[in-house]
Parts: sequence; structure tokens; C-alpha cells
Amino acid sequence: MSDRWVSGRQASGRRVSGRAALRRVGPARAAGAAAAVLLCAFPFYLDAFWLQVGLFSMAAAIGAIGLNLLSGTSGQLSLGHAFFLAVGAYGYVWLAGEPGPGLPPAVAMVLAVCLSGLAGGLFSPIAGRVRGVYLGVATLALVFLGQHVMVNAEGVTGGFNGRSVPPLEIGGFTFAETDPALVVLGVPFGAEERLWYLGLVLLAAVWFSARNLLRGRPGRALSALRDSEVAAAAMGVPVARYRSAAFVVSSMYAGLAGVLIALAFRGIVPDYFGLALSIDYLAMIVIGGLGSVGGATAGAVFVTALPLVMGRYADQLPLVAAPGATGHAIGPTEAARYLYGAAIILVLLYVPGGLGGLFRRRVRPPTPPVRQPKEQTP
Amino acid sequence: MSTAFDILLNGVALGSVYALVALGFVIIFKASGVMNFAHGSLLLLGGYLTAVLHERLGFYAALALAVLATALVAGAVDLILLRRLDPHATHVLTILTIGVDIALMTDLTRRIGGDLLSLGDPWGGSVSTFGGSTVPHTRIASIVVSLLVIGAVFAAFRFTAWGLSLRAAAEDREAAALMGIRLHRIRTLAWCLAGALAALAAVFLVAFPAPGLERTTGEIALKAFPAAILGGMTSPPGALLGSLLIGVTEALVAGYEAELSALGGGFGDVAPYAVMLLVLLARPNGLLGEKEAIRV
Repeated sequence: MSDRWVSGRQASGRRVSGRAALRRVGPARAAGAAAAVLLCAFPFYLDAFWLQVGLFSMAAAIGAIGLNLLSGTSGQLSLGHAFFLAVGAYGYVWLAGEPGPGLPPAVAMVLAVCLSGLAGGLFSPIAGRVRGVYLGVATLALVFLGQHVMVNAEGVTGGFNGRSVPPLEIGGFTFAETDPALVVLGVPFGAEERLWYLGLVLLAAVWFSARNLLRGRPGRALSALRDSEVAAAAMGVPVARYRSAAFVVSSMYAGLAGVLIALAFRGIVPDYFGLALSIDYLAMIVIGGLGSVGGATAGAVFVTALPLVMGRYADQLPLVAAPGATGHAIGPTEAARYLYGAAIILVLLYVPGGLGGLFRRRVRPPTPPVRQPKEQTP
Repeated sequence: MSTAFDILLNGVALGSVYALVALGFVIIFKASGVMNFAHGSLLLLGGYLTAVLHERLGFYAALALAVLATALVAGAVDLILLRRLDPHATHVLTILTIGVDIALMTDLTRRIGGDLLSLGDPWGGSVSTFGGSTVPHTRIASIVVSLLVIGAVFAAFRFTAWGLSLRAAAEDREAAALMGIRLHRIRTLAWCLAGALAALAAVFLVAFPAPGLERTTGEIALKAFPAAILGGMTSPPGALLGSLLIGVTEALVAGYEAELSALGGGFGDVAPYAVMLLVLLARPNGLLGEKEAIRV
């Protein structure tokens, strides 16, 4: 969209002022570049808590982009995202760890992502047949059955108490605390700082791949499927193939998010991958605004960071008791949950189109100026 | 022999309670196209109010008040929140119920804390013995009450003006609106009814031999999801059938756990979902659900 606008502007042959030059680059693109620089600088200024928040947000964003592809673009409601996250996380831990094959962690990471995709593909007999709310509850079953397996298959998953996560190593570089410590520009680089950059690279890769996917032929086909399967089939879209492909790709994104979450937590337990996590992901894409990659990311940051930040600062809010207070007083955790629930309701009521829509309205010009009549009449 | 009978009775009693919850899901889904995630917290609200009020008012008055209050809260969710949004954006409405659930559930769990509350039901721990098997009275009460209530709801669907309007609205919203049916009012009433059913279900979910009302009681409402789906989300009799199937499956798997140990401990809790997946493979719209008509 913005590219077409630029060429129209240049063709009109008018002098380009400084402000217009900035606009020529595209305000969205300039903001994106600024954000990228800012994100790369964060580990030098923020403490471990904020880096953790950022890491979880990035992992959630990767998962949310995947779910958005499935539920937002192709319209298949999924409550099973937590299951695919779990497959990725446990797949990585088992493949890279002991007991397990003990593969090199980088290989284990790739294989874990493939494993998640495989799990998504195995679900396609059901995903291909079942629609709407039925599919939602069918995928809900995956979460509960998955948790059952996680608790019972102790040899692979470590049972109820879970397993610790072996650190990632790529070409001799370890994403964990090392001895001697790595110091960059006077800042000691521990696990959080290193994983931060890993998260950024992965998020960028996922962001652009998902955007290209959505803007290309598959994205159009999936949107057509969402709006009308019959019409899409009539236009030559192989319905069943695209439906299950959306499931596979979305599961792979979820698996990658699972690996990153496992690395950030350094230990995983079955309890984490429950229904609440699936619901959180659904909340992310709806709050962010269905169907856009930027929206899914915004929603992911909102849903992930809000409870963590609230939990940290809740004791400074009015009406909130200190943690561990006696009786039925409102503690910081409860305050965070209240605000989380209220935030979901308020965003849905007062920000139609989600956070992504809000952002788009602010940044992008509403209509291309070339088409306005005053261009023709000087 | 007697164990098989016990297990079956357990299953039917459990199924009858699930039916109350699942019927609520179906009613809300038919009226507004929303999968109500706040159902668990509504159920917990009903149970909590009964538990708090029964010492002062006696059980029946407390239950009546709790059912009424839960119905009003459910109606208020629709009236104050859902009505502001586009009724066709059902996914947004569904997520909104998640927000309601989080807020309401947080408040209730804070109030309940680690306590185990008794609802003061008149059956207590009393049992009868029939031919060698012991049957708690609460089981019989839950079956009888569920039958009566569900019968009344079905009669309301069939014979009252509201029931006719609801069925018409579920069939074709536009045509129903053109015939002068007030969709908003139908929907709010549907939410009230579903809330009342959930509050009633809470009583039997936490009665003997269950220990009492705790903060996790609301999660049991989730088991009614597969029940409603299994039967077909658009069909009230389907919800009934699905609930019975789920209840009996759960009781059977829990009862014969020793024989099924290969499936892992506690498989009874997840068996309903496994059954649901198998049924959906064969019948994607549930056992009695309408096949979606595709308009071109």
C-alpha cells in the first residue's frame, strides 16, 4: 500500500520537503526501524525483571502470530494452542536432554518445531471435518489429553514436577550464564541478555515470514476460506489442504514459542500448559485485533506483560494489601487478575478493531493523497 | 454386580448435574452464538451464595436467593456488556465472557480462599441400601431434581411464547426480528435461565460424597463443554444425551481404573474429551446437532 503511494508522489514531480521525505520512507517503516534500534539497546539499560517480561512477551508474540494465522485469518477457532506450545517445549527438552537422545540443542530446537508441526498435521482428520465452536472444544480436548500425557509419561516429561531445560548452544555460544562471564560494553551478559537477542531474531523471522505468508497467495486463500468455504472452493482453493496446512504452520509457530518459553523459564511443568494458557493466547489475538501480525504482537505484549508488571507494582496501588496479609484482603496477585479481566472487557468495549487497529489509525495516513482532488487543481 | 450398579448410578447422577450446566451452554449458544466461558464462575457464584446464606435463611431460601442472584448477574453480563457490541462478532463476545470470568473468578476465589464450604443441604451424608449397594440420597436427589428442572425447561421451550421466540430466533434471526420478536429480550432471558441452571448445578456438584465447595469447583463446568458439543451445540436434547454419556464414561473409567491402569492415573478426568474426539470424527456436528446449511 505505502509503496504505491510513494511512486504516485514521485510521479507528480513536486519538491519533497524534509517532512515529506520522512513520510516517503513511510512513517510505519521509520517507527519500525526506531523500535528495532530501541529493542536492541534494551539489555544495556534494563534489569533482569524487565528482560524476563520482554522475553516472555516475545515468546508469546511468536505463538500469537501463529494462532492469528489459524484463528484470525483462516477462521478456525483453536483452544489447543497450549498443547502445541507444550509439544515444542517438551520436544526440545527431551531431544536435547538426559534422559533422551541428547542431541545438540540447536538441532533439538529445529526438530522440536517440526514435531509440533507434525502434531498439528496429525490433528487434521478432525480439523478438516469439524468447524466453528465444535473445533474450539475439540482442540480443548487436546489440552486436557496433553496434560494427562505430560503428567503420566514420566520417562519423557518428568511427570508432575516437570524437567529442567538444557541451555541452547549454537556454534559454541551458550545462551546461559558462563564462567568467565561475558561482558559487553561494561554490561555483564547473563542468560536473559543473551536470550533477549535470540528472541529478537526469532521474532523478526516469524514476523516477516508470517507477513509474507499472509500477503501472498496462501494468505489470500486462507482469508477466502474464512469468509466462505464454498466461494473459496469455487475459486480453486483446495479447502482441506489449506485448512490442515494452516494448522501445521500455526502449530510450528507455537512449537517455536514453546521452545523459547522453556529456555526463558529454564524449567517446565505440565501445569503451565493448561487451558488458561490457551485462553490467554485467544485473548491476545482478539485484543490485538484479528487478522494482523502487528495486532497479534501488540496483544501478546499486553496480555503477557500486564499481569507481570501489575504483580510487581501492585503493592503501590491504592486498596491493595501487602503480599501475605491475613484474612481475605486483596493481594497484589488478585489486583493484577482483576485489572487483567477488566482490561480485556474495556479493550473489547472501547477499542473496536483491537490494539492493532488503534496503532494503524494513528500511524498510517487514512487515504492516499494522490487520489485527492486538490492534487489535480493547483 | 453391585459395583456395576453403583458405578452406573454414579454416572447417571453425575450426568444429570452436567446436563444442568450443558443445557445452560446450549441455551446461551442458541440465543447469542456465544460460547460462555463465564459459566464456571457463575456456577461458583451460585454455590458461594448458597453456602454463605444457608445458616441465616435455611437451605431452601438460600438456594432460591442464590439462583435468583446468579440469574440476575448472568442477565446483567448480557445487558450491560454484551449488548454494547455487534451481535454478529461472536468471537469478540466469547472473549468478553473470558474477561468476565477472570474478574468474577478472582473475586470468588479470594473470598473462598482455602476454605471448604458446606452448602447445608438437607440430605447430608444419609444413605439407603438397595440389595447390597449403598446409595447416597444426594445422588437420588440430583437425578430427580435435574429431571424435574430439565423437564420444566423443555416444556418452556415447547409451550411458552418465550420458548417459541427463542427457537425462532435461533432458526433465523432476521426473520424472527421481522416477525416482531425482541431479540435483545430473548437473549437476556436466556442468559438469566442459564445462570439459574448453573447455580442449581453447584448444589449437587458439591454435595456428599464430594467434600464441599472449594475454589476449584467452577472448573467442573468445563466438563460440560464436551457434553454440550458431543450432543450437538444447537440441540437441548443433545445436551442431555451428551451429559449422560460423559457422566457414565467418567464414572466407568474411574470405577475400573485398576483395569485401565495402562492409560495412566486419573484418566477418568480426561476420558470425556477422548470420547468427544471420537464422536466428532464420525459426526462433526455432534450426535443430535443440526448439520450446518451452507448458503451460496
